[in-house]
Amino acid sequence: MDSRIMTALSDRVLELGPKPAPDSPYKHFKLTRDEDGVAWLLFDRAGAGANTLSADVMEEFDAVLAAIETERPAGLVLRSAKPSGFIAGADVNEFRGASDPGMVETRIRAAHAVVDHLEALKLPTVAVIHGFCLGGGLEVALACQSRIAIDGARFGFPEVMLGLHPGLGGTARFTALVNPTQSMALMLTGRTIDARRAKALGLVDAVTQERHVRGAVRDALFGRLKRAEPRLLTRAANVGPVRGLLAKRMRSEAAKAASREHYPAPYALIDLWETHGGSKAAMLKAEQASFAKLMVTPTAQNLIRVFFLREQMKKVAGSGNTIKQVHVIGAGAMGGDIAAWVAGQGFRVSLADMKAEPIAGAVKRAADLYGKIIRKPTEVRDALDRLVPDMDGEGVRNADLIIEAVPEKLELKQKVYAGIEPRMKPGAILATNTSSIPLQDLRTTLARPERLVGLHFFNPVSRLQLVEVVSHDGNDAQVLKDALAFVGAIDRLPLPVKSSPGFLVNRALTPYMLEAMVMLDEKIDQRLIDAAAEQFGMPMGPIELADQVGLDICLDVGDMLRTKFGDLLPPTPAWLRDKVAKGELGRKTGKGFYTWKDGKAQKAPLPETGPRVTDQMIDRLVLPMRHDLRYRLCTVPRRPAELCAHARRGECRVRLARACRSIRRSFRA
Amino acid sequence: MARPVFIVDGSRTPFLKARSGPGPFTPVDLAVQCGRPLLARQPFAPKDFDQVILGCVNVIADEMNPARVAALRLGMGEDMVAFTVQINCGSGMQSIDTAYRYIREGHADMILAGGTEALSHAPLVWPNSGVRWFAGLAAAKGVAAKLAAAFKLRPRDLKPIIGLERGLTDPVTDLNMGQTAEVVGHLFGITRAQSDAYAAESHRRLAHAQGAGFLKGEVETAFSRDGKFFDHDDGVRPDSTAESLAKLRPVFERPWGQVTAGNSSQITDGASWVILASDAAVAKYKLTPKAAIVDSNWAALDPGIMGLGPVMSATPLLQRNGLTITDVETWELNEAFATQVLGCLAAWNDDKFCREILGLDGAAGEIDRERLNVDGGAISLGHPVGTSGNRIVLHLVNAMKRLGTRRGVATECIGGGLGGAMLIEAV
Repeated sequence: MDSRIMTALSDRVLELGPKPAPDSPYKHFKLTRDEDGVAWLLFDRAGAGANTLSADVMEEFDAVLAAIETERPAGLVLRSAKPSGFIAGADVNEFRGASDPGMVETRIRAAHAVVDHLEALKLPTVAVIHGFCLGGGLEVALACQSRIAIDGARFGFPEVMLGLHPGLGGTARFTALVNPTQSMALMLTGRTIDARRAKALGLVDAVTQERHVRGAVRDALFGRLKRAEPRLLTRAANVGPVRGLLAKRMRSEAAKAASREHYPAPYALIDLWETHGGSKAAMLKAEQASFAKLMVTPTAQNLIRVFFLREQMKKVAGSGNTIKQVHVIGAGAMGGDIAAWVAGQGFRVSLADMKAEPIAGAVKRAADLYGKIIRKPTEVRDALDRLVPDMDGEGVRNADLIIEAVPEKLELKQKVYAGIEPRMKPGAILATNTSSIPLQDLRTTLARPERLVGLHFFNPVSRLQLVEVVSHDGNDAQVLKDALAFVGAIDRLPLPVKSSPGFLVNRALTPYMLEAMVMLDEKIDQRLIDAAAEQFGMPMGPIELADQVGLDICLDVGDMLRTKFGDLLPPTPAWLRDKVAKGELGRKTGKGFYTWKDGKAQKAPLPETGPRVTDQMIDRLVLPMRHDLRYRLCTVPRRPAELCAHARRGECRVRLARACRSIRRSFRA
Repeated sequence: MARPVFIVDGSRTPFLKARSGPGPFTPVDLAVQCGRPLLARQPFAPKDFDQVILGCVNVIADEMNPARVAALRLGMGEDMVAFTVQINCGSGMQSIDTAYRYIREGHADMILAGGTEALSHAPLVWPNSGVRWFAGLAAAKGVAAKLAAAFKLRPRDLKPIIGLERGLTDPVTDLNMGQTAEVVGHLFGITRAQSDAYAAESHRRLAHAQGAGFLKGEVETAFSRDGKFFDHDDGVRPDSTAESLAKLRPVFERPWGQVTAGNSSQITDGASWVILASDAAVAKYKLTPKAAIVDSNWAALDPGIMGLGPVMSATPLLQRNGLTITDVETWELNEAFATQVLGCLAAWNDDKFCREILGLDGAAGEIDRERLNVDGGAISLGHPVGTSGNRIVLHLVNAMKRLGTRRGVATECIGGGLGGAMLIEAV
């Protein structure tokens, strides 16, 4: 809820101990002393909205620690002065383009020394953690003797998503403190956990609120707060033979997600723990070498690049969102899921459809989604309250943004526009989720075409972070800016593209998927085609992807692209049209190329004897995509191939997370 | 200087018959379900209201002051004043009446007034002896004391009391509401056959109204999180006839009573909202008033014959405005029981009653059945107690608009011996 009073008093929320003097001798830190003689060390990285650990920060941190050692306070509180959170991790920028593992190791050794320094202080230490506490931030917290979490804090080691593993002592300290079946799973998945879960795992000693920080700190420093100690099971799991057994299982689960060749980080982490788990000193040392080795792999360097491309996209979004009320037209698979996502992000969304059935289905899918991603039942309820079924299309009147997601028929869409345009607010934006109809065609009947944009979401909306923001030559610049900011505000990544056929993602994917159709025509087993693509490193094969996207959509996109590029694309097989005509549309109807059950394609394993994936198969699938992108058949602002890799990354993450879930499951069993 | 007060819009949920166990919506859920589409179609923002007033009788523990919870859940903002009113079956009209008075006196310009009730969520209550046992157990210190306290439990301590049953029993006369209808029926000579015929007609009228689309814009489809939707009052039985209803056994006074489940209002869940506005608000937001509230009146009487509440409350209301019952072109008289509705009509036509009780010169006259409850009532669509008073005002306004009538009265009997009435005029 927007709370006027809480907004006005927001600077009183964080409990930062005594007020620091205005002239701190440090650039990134402030050090104060309270009435109990306890030192409060506030981390407030200069010129940044969030704290990250860079070389100069670590250097200064070391100097502060030395000063604390001299001053000998009664205890030390370490916390962040940034409202956004504790520490978001290491400054990834410093390792961009690293190619010499020796150099990386030297630098990481220096950082290790600072964290070891913190751990070795001869006074009680406590980290007070609010907001995000990730990667290097969590590693610093692990070097304190006690950790207190503020409600809403989130913990995790996202390094694996950059092709790395923790490198500031986290692998050793985390597995020593928390049962390796849990701590390894967290590091292998990159998943974050909330404060309550962190308490249950023994990662933090208490969960409280800002108003009780003083009391909690006192108890933590003066021995009145019971510290989470490594449990018996944790010690048992760190014993040599047990490690070997567990590591084997972790490896086989990791293999289901990605091969060692494509994604060495999880394997390096498992190797590191298997060899050195149980011996902190050895593991701390070996972690440095292993981390340095991973850092210079193409996987890590490419993923770091992708990380910065994502940051770039976030910058493209900007922060000036002005949209509050959203109206979605069409409660089908896409419209319903877009509305659910947007409402889940705190917006009020009216979801219009002529019929109650699709709206009811969308409400159910929304409830299922919220049940998974929102912990508190009251917040699930509030999200569902914000998703307003609208059978009379009344939401148009008050909407700042209207997203049309009706079937891909030009006349139908134009009819919808004719009905709503007179009722739209003067400043409202009209967006279409079309994947195949050029905006130049859609705009012809509009009174004000300058406010028509494309907002092209991908299926499944809640998982795929990329949203193409499609413009045409008659757009109002402000409308585009507002649309980009909106996409940022709903925690998606906007990709500005011009309205050329297929936009970017489908332009790149269609030749690949059509080639797969041609291969099917040649009687190649569909499971083999998918296996070839997966062997190349795709998170999902083209046949399964076509089912996921919907064969009707694939057909529309293919046809539309062919009108533009003609023979450059392989022809659509006639049997695909038949399939669509029969209503075998893929996942959404339960049957496409595969039969779908509970959102999963039912794939029998390939026969033991029979054809195998060949390099030629992989080339056939992948080269058309590369070729097209290289020759820039699509018009995008910059670096299409990288952005496309970016688009895939969301799927990579999902896939990894899924694999790691099954790792955890197998441990429970 | 009293200001005119307009009803500009309103909507309700379908009324959902309580079948087995709690229904899909709590009281506030229901208020949110019909409030959202109503607010969405207004040319102003939800935050533009001055107040929210909601009637609710059976408030559940999770939703204390349901008006405020509903206002927040409807996105009306942190600074929306909201309170809940309770006058039993009149609660939904009490909210309108309170809003009407605030606006008339110039203290507010726009108020959302509603009623909500989820009778299917009425609790099972532990008997007091059971509560005492539990408290004793909690207070006992030490294992021995705990065990001793635990062994004091007797089976009857755990027998739940059905909250709804107690709620529908008058605490002063200890008569169930159905029994009060039996008394009224007896005093005014209403027969079982008349009651059953009235009930069958109620079903026929509602079914016709549903089929003809008369409820469009009034009843908003409700969606539950398990993917179901509810788009009509589901208690309607178009195939009910006087003959089929005659086969039912009396439920309150066996074996000779005349009040049956078939000629009583149904136990249902439902919510309803009405938007009231001053002429200043009408001008500011360019609203189109549907009707104006002219006056309202509450009356009290012997709780044992509470069913006569409409007669007691509406008659002075009309007198005060220089009207007789025949001047009213459209009536909504809440159908708590067919016997009770017919008892009210008979009372107005009873010379002695009108002279001695109402102070008239003689019988007030007959109310033409064609003017009364034209699209059915609580017998066919149900009686969520805190909601009905709101629904009859909302439907009266809509029915008057459709029929082109100038003057209407919505009135109800209220458990505990009260009656409420509201005089509406077309604009």
